[in-house]
Amino acid sequence: MTQIEEVSIDQFKHLVSARALTGETMLLNMGPQHPSTHGVLRLLLELDGEIIVNCIPDIGYLHTGIEKNMEAKTYQKAEVMTDRLDYMNPMGNNLAYVMAVEKLVGLDVPIRAQGLRVILVELQRIASHLVWLGSVGLDLAAMSMFLYCFRERELILDIFELVSGQRMMTTYFRPGGVWRDVPVEFEKAVRDFLKIFPARIDEYEKLLTKNPLFLDRMLGLGILDSATALSYGVTGPTLRASGVDWDLRKARPYSGYEQYDFNVPVLTEGDTYARYLVHIQEFRESLKIIEQALNKLPFGPVRSENRKFVPPPRSEIGVSMESLIHHFKLWTEGFPAPKASVYSAVESPRGELGLLLEGDGGPKPLRVHLRTPSFDNLSVLSHIVNGHLVADLVAILASIDIVLGDIDR
Amino acid sequence: MDTRLEPIVKIIQEKFGATFEEFRDEVHLFLKPEQIVEALTLLRDEHKFELLSALTAVDYYPQTSPRFHVVYQLTSLAQNLSLQIRVPVNGTSPKVPTVTGLYGMANWRERELFDMFGIEVEGHPDPRRILMPEDTEGHPLRKDFPLGYEEPQFTFNFDEIGLMKPRPKE
Repeated sequence: MTQIEEVSIDQFKHLVSARALTGETMLLNMGPQHPSTHGVLRLLLELDGEIIVNCIPDIGYLHTGIEKNMEAKTYQKAEVMTDRLDYMNPMGNNLAYVMAVEKLVGLDVPIRAQGLRVILVELQRIASHLVWLGSVGLDLAAMSMFLYCFRERELILDIFELVSGQRMMTTYFRPGGVWRDVPVEFEKAVRDFLKIFPARIDEYEKLLTKNPLFLDRMLGLGILDSATALSYGVTGPTLRASGVDWDLRKARPYSGYEQYDFNVPVLTEGDTYARYLVHIQEFRESLKIIEQALNKLPFGPVRSENRKFVPPPRSEIGVSMESLIHHFKLWTEGFPAPKASVYSAVESPRGELGLLLEGDGGPKPLRVHLRTPSFDNLSVLSHIVNGHLVADLVAILASIDIVLGDIDR
Repeated sequence: MDTRLEPIVKIIQEKFGATFEEFRDEVHLFLKPEQIVEALTLLRDEHKFELLSALTAVDYYPQTSPRFHVVYQLTSLAQNLSLQIRVPVNGTSPKVPTVTGLYGMANWRERELFDMFGIEVEGHPDPRRILMPEDTEGHPLRKDFPLGYEEPQFTFNFDEIGLMKPRPKE
């Protein structure tokens, strides 16, 4: 163990400009407890009057060591940790994790399970974008947006409760399929949502898209050009608002995305308003995907039949000795994965959610690295806010869509 | 291996004497720490790997040489290709040169690399911890760092746990 390092103020002097040291500019802490930082994020601001000279994000307040904890659990049990990462996107995190495990051990997934995964992940994308839209509205003092968005989000969370018994921490996808088949009410609930939601998007647009007060706070702020965005590893809607057509669902289709017809909205302005428009358009594209996936959803098994990795159903355990042994081995010891490493990525609502999963031949992973999109998206913040007003920082920070659970892990 | 990736791998192999591994269509190239900046420059500028997707490390404790693999996951948007570069480093004073000059994304990820694994990044513009507090001892994602836990407080061990709880100075 190393010695405790003495921390001195000299270590931080290079972060601010020389004017701050003479007292010409002011240093201001925004956060860690601040309603506009969307969690516990501290922004150290150097201000010249009300203009931002420097912005230094300080993260780590929510660091819970999820990567380390996952390395101490078997492959099945580590999955619950992924729900807690990006708490606006538990289904998407589950998908990223189970896909990495399936790739590592070489497990096939039945077509029905793939279809269900797509429907639920797209619903989750809508729910996440709704929280995004609601909190952008709230930050810009459009309080009613928040209420409307959460009204619709509740419909989606009800569907999640229907299929998994949980509104948020679902853990519904399992390596080799899903936990169990959806109940009969599922299809009607999703179809009802598909019927209600398009009109609600129009309602949001009526409230915001051409609203002069909203435009004043959004247009031309925090412009991010495509070269900077790529260099800083920005992905997702933020990258697409900067004119780069990159969506993993299109570029590297997984879980059957290649069979659905949808567009990837791309805008070139790269400002806060462009990010808003991309999010709104993604609502409509997600609805298209859900409708097609629901129409194409076949009947059949929802879990792989490979008993070395997927526990047998309860009904088999009473009549088959083999099943009993598999059940016992899988829930006590877990399944072994090869001594190799895979990187698998999915398009989360925030960008590329990648998992570097390395096995050591045993039932626990040697290394789980979560390449979470918010982390890299936030790192570009200090390059796009300089010269803006403090009030605009709130809009820019809201527009890059960060979730602190996703950043600190 | 993807046929479009083959010539790129060949160039890197010839130029830097890199070895490579393949698993489930993923290619891992092994380079030495001093070669990494030159190799990434070549890949970014001539082979259009414009996105550094992930930068992390894997700890192979108790193995000591090499103890860590520093992993650079590269993505090419133009060609839709992926390539993973691995840099094995030793357990005693592990060091890699910074790649912040090539990819801005490396700035925070290299701070995380130092914070979590204690791998020193030479030439980093802002070498501070990022997730842990500045005065933390040790590096949590190393395999020899214990996974701590807090014992739940019940009636039988109420006093014992209560005594151990941190409390403000009097």
